[in-house]
Amino acid sequence: MTAPASYPGLNLLDSDDAANNETEVMVFGFWVFLMSDLVMFGLFFATYVTMSDNLAFGPGPRQLFDLASVGWQTACLLVSSFAMGMGSLALKYDGARSRQLLMWLGVAGVLAAAFLFLELRDFSHMATLGGVPSRSGFLSAYYGLVGLHGVHITFGLLWLAFMMTKIAATPPDHPVKTQVLRLALYWHFLGLVWVGIFSVVFLTGVA
Amino acid sequence: MTHPIFGALTLSDLPFAAFIADPSVTEGVAAGAQVIVFLAIFAILAVLTRYRLWGPMYRDWLCSVDHKKVGIMYMVVGVVMMARGVIEGAVMRANQMTALDGGGMLSPDHVGQLFSTHGTIMIFFVAVPLVFGLINYVLPLQLGARDMAFPVMNQISLGLTAAGAVLIMISLVVGEFGTGGWTAYPPYTSRLFSPGTGTDYWIWSVLIAGVGSTLSAFNFAVTIYKKRAPGMKMMAMPIFCWTVLCSSITLIFAMPPITVSTIMLAADRYLGFHFFTNDLGGEVMNYANLFWMFGHPEVYILILPCYGIFAEVVSNFSAKRLYGYVSLVIATMAIAVLSFSVWLHHFFTMGQGVNVNIAFGVATMAIAIPTGVKLYDWMGTMFRGRVRLSTPMVYLFGFYLLFVFGGLTGVILANPTIDYQVHNSMFLVAHFHNVLIPGVLFGVLAGLHYWFPKAFGFRLAERPGRITAVLWVIGFSLTFVPLYWVGLMGLPRRAASFANPDYVPWLIWSAVGAAVILAAVGSLLWTIWTSVVHRKDLATPIGDPWDGRTLEWSVSAPPPAYNFVTIPTVAGRDPFAAAKAAGVAYAPNPVYADITAPAPTVVGFIICVISGVFGFAMVWQVWWLAALCALGIVGSVMWLGWRKPRTVVTTAEQVKQIDAPWRQAALAGPGVDRGLEFTSANRGLAAPDMVQDA
Amino acid sequence: MWVEAAAFVATLPTVPESMFDPMGPVAAEQKAHMIRVVLLTMIAIVPVLIGVPLLAWRYRRRPGSKAKYTPNWGFNGWLELTMWGVPIAIIVVLAGALVYSTKLLDPARPIGPEPMQVQAIGLNWKWVFIYPEQGVATIDRLVIPVGRPVELVMTSDTVMLSPMAAALSGQIYVMPGMVTRQNLQADRAGSTTGRNMMYNGDGFADQAFTVDAVPAQAFKTWASAASGSTVVLGAADYARIAAPGTGEQALKTLGLSDGAGGAMRLGDPALFQQVVRRYHGATPITAEMQPGTDRYDGGHEGGRAQ
Repeated sequence: MTAPASYPGLNLLDSDDAANNETEVMVFGFWVFLMSDLVMFGLFFATYVTMSDNLAFGPGPRQLFDLASVGWQTACLLVSSFAMGMGSLALKYDGARSRQLLMWLGVAGVLAAAFLFLELRDFSHMATLGGVPSRSGFLSAYYGLVGLHGVHITFGLLWLAFMMTKIAATPPDHPVKTQVLRLALYWHFLGLVWVGIFSVVFLTGVA
Repeated sequence: MTHPIFGALTLSDLPFAAFIADPSVTEGVAAGAQVIVFLAIFAILAVLTRYRLWGPMYRDWLCSVDHKKVGIMYMVVGVVMMARGVIEGAVMRANQMTALDGGGMLSPDHVGQLFSTHGTIMIFFVAVPLVFGLINYVLPLQLGARDMAFPVMNQISLGLTAAGAVLIMISLVVGEFGTGGWTAYPPYTSRLFSPGTGTDYWIWSVLIAGVGSTLSAFNFAVTIYKKRAPGMKMMAMPIFCWTVLCSSITLIFAMPPITVSTIMLAADRYLGFHFFTNDLGGEVMNYANLFWMFGHPEVYILILPCYGIFAEVVSNFSAKRLYGYVSLVIATMAIAVLSFSVWLHHFFTMGQGVNVNIAFGVATMAIAIPTGVKLYDWMGTMFRGRVRLSTPMVYLFGFYLLFVFGGLTGVILANPTIDYQVHNSMFLVAHFHNVLIPGVLFGVLAGLHYWFPKAFGFRLAERPGRITAVLWVIGFSLTFVPLYWVGLMGLPRRAASFANPDYVPWLIWSAVGAAVILAAVGSLLWTIWTSVVHRKDLATPIGDPWDGRTLEWSVSAPPPAYNFVTIPTVAGRDPFAAAKAAGVAYAPNPVYADITAPAPTVVGFIICVISGVFGFAMVWQVWWLAALCALGIVGSVMWLGWRKPRTVVTTAEQVKQIDAPWRQAALAGPGVDRGLEFTSANRGLAAPDMVQDA
Repeated sequence: MWVEAAAFVATLPTVPESMFDPMGPVAAEQKAHMIRVVLLTMIAIVPVLIGVPLLAWRYRRRPGSKAKYTPNWGFNGWLELTMWGVPIAIIVVLAGALVYSTKLLDPARPIGPEPMQVQAIGLNWKWVFIYPEQGVATIDRLVIPVGRPVELVMTSDTVMLSPMAAALSGQIYVMPGMVTRQNLQADRAGSTTGRNMMYNGDGFADQAFTVDAVPAQAFKTWASAASGSTVVLGAADYARIAAPGTGEQALKTLGLSDGAGGAMRLGDPALFQQVVRRYHGATPITAEMQPGTDRYDGGHEGGRAQ
């Protein structure tokens, strides 16, 4: 086999065929995991939609949602995704331990942290208005869906911090490339889910 | 309020406390079960210590990432839990036969726990481990691969499944289990109606094992997609691999619903959410939809690989190419896809509109079509073959005679009209046992007999094996057919007692049948035991005891850790049969090269222990312990991600030392023809069988 | 197993209190449909039951056997067509029968004009039947006139339940805060047993009710006698009996001495609606307020909506 194997997504085009095959298997497996995660989110979406009228005389979207904050959260996540994309390019062209990669990872992390901060601030504001999950089925479904996404972002941030530490602190024979590729996929996936949340929950909620 | 250190644990939750407080028959039975558990634990510890097996068990088994060892460990989990599940079933049958007018020996609460643990154990901790165990062992060998795509994740899956099993065993001795059935419908399982920790045992054992199953699904699917031997196109895969693929894809889409429904139930119970509560906008019907969106595909996930096993078995023991391979592939895919379109048939009676019921009813009946095609295709395989009545074939015939009845009652139940009458009655109970036992269990046992010589180097003794099979057929028939009648006569499922004396004769037959099933389980264990004792006579080290057709039969028994000296190149279906026919079954001078494999690791075992403790801590609301365990799991995963993956190299010279003696024996011949298949002359080398008719 | 099947089928006509001894048109159609389905499905099954033993016998491996051996035969177009086609044809016919029967037996479809409405509330572990037209109520006893369409309008005040009087009709779930309907009719007089088919705790196995189908005149007499009863079922009385317990215990609490035969005057015509509306309020329902839990304290709210 002379030409290295290629697969959907960013190809690192390692000269080592075995490494390429390994990467392909890892990335493919990660896609499979993401698809099952998508099903999980989808079911939370479906639950939210069927319960979005169950206000039980409690506060609803119009009283609780702050679309400006949500707009900023969306901006944070989308730019964070962009930064992660730049990081993937840095991984390919500048190398697995490059300064550029670390910088872009850092930018993505800061933006995701900002997203979380804004989201948690929104939650606490909603709580002062009586918008807590134990108030109604609608709120339980809301916190379930948006909360699940937030938990995913939190784990992503942990993973990101872990990757940055590993890139900076381990010798070159510790593999990082496939891990960064998977982290990037995860990141974009969560951005995509957020677009869904933004549309289904926030925009239709106050429409 | 819970205790800061001990959570909700109190002295009355400890083993035997309930019996001491209330020495009744029902508590006595429970205490007896606890005694059995402690005796079993003691016996295992004693054997491990007496024969100095701690070291080997740790090094060679608990740390192994080899799919063959993982597969065997899955089977052990499944067989052990089956013993408990069958005993629980027998206790329920014995109790119900005496339960006229409330006369049963067990309290209703005890019966409630029994049917809940019985169902949960049988699905999640017997059927899943047994099926996954066989898949784990056989799949890479059939594909011509060295291992699964993700060996370490495979080990972790096993650990998570085992942790769930241990948690449900702990529920027998500490505290009690829920009484909501294996389905745990709210609002009955909400904190209001099930205030104790029983339902939480259900939640956490199912969630933890569910993560393990989901990870296995990824592993199986990716292995099939990416690790096939060169030349093995999808349509050249063994049919078992096709059924595993479709089952895995179904599993990938079916596990999220139960993860979601269980997380939501946990959120309701622990955090006061209102997903499924009666008040403040909870939507109880969502639970039924979510649960069965998992529950229905789950049963097809279990049975599809068993269909694959039957197909392999019928082809091998008819000495004939599988009839209708393409049809079977299409039928398998059809079943997998259709299994997602029928979940509503589990609650036709929930009050949705007629047209919805009609749509799902027709879809449910439609699954009978590809299933029937499979049965006919296997019959076509026997047609003009040379059929040998081995133990796996006895199970296949048992399947044929009994499963079709389950299919018939399935079509009956698919009609909302009739389902309105028999839903949640013993008719339903009889139906699903009718498809699970002759379908899944017989398939697993057929697979066990079929592949046992490959895994251990000696066959299971035929006569005890056939006796076990016959006992299962008789036991099943006696136990469950009367339950159809009792259901039509109006007995609901999960009933601790009843008022109609007409049920009694049928329930007595059913209890007798349960005793026969107990005998069948005992006979199975005896079959394994006596085969171990006589393993020299039954030895088949060359590895092809049945004149097999697929790649797993082309290596020694047991196979070397690396499976194949060189990854074979494959030209079509049934590659080993083709090689034998062309006279090139065993290459005389293989090229030996170094083989690299992932190193053993303890991380799967660590995650098993931590997640088990985590589940226990969450059940008993010991928050500090749960937090510690959560950190431990995250830490373990991080450690896995941080370290440089370690490998183990088997040098070419070592490979040659392992391989050469076996290869010499294989090439020396002569093999046996099928007339001597069940004798000690069968050393695992097959000679061409009888002159072929023109 | 098939011998057992034949033996049982022979006894079916005498199975009382099931759809095999139907008391009304719904159960009768259910029985007819079941027979239809069984007969049609047999077409697919009988070839297997006959064919498998035949094949195993004829093609068993025997040195000197005269049976043909074609080890590489794996496909035949006509056979494929038959294997797929016959089951498809059977399922199409069955599907047609399913559509017809399901539409006919839609639980929400009245059997005839002007059905008599009976409201039912499921509790742990009893049933309260309310007859709004007649202004009476019973516990664990459903009395209906022969020959008149009846519509059961039902809810639960505890957990998901599933009532059914098999000789009359199938079951339908009842759920707190929701209303489901079962239409049925008795074509002959008689008594039959109704059950709960959905597990709801320790008293589940004992949760049963009697259905008495009586001639129309007898029903009128019973109803007017009951509406003159001294025992009244009002909101407060209902709240007392909503605690966990059997129907007999509830009747005793209300002071009705003659078992499940007792009928009461309906004190609060809006009782059923109140029970349904209980779950649509703006405040949470605690264990003390939720009927059927161990901590239910007799309903200081008196069963009213919040």
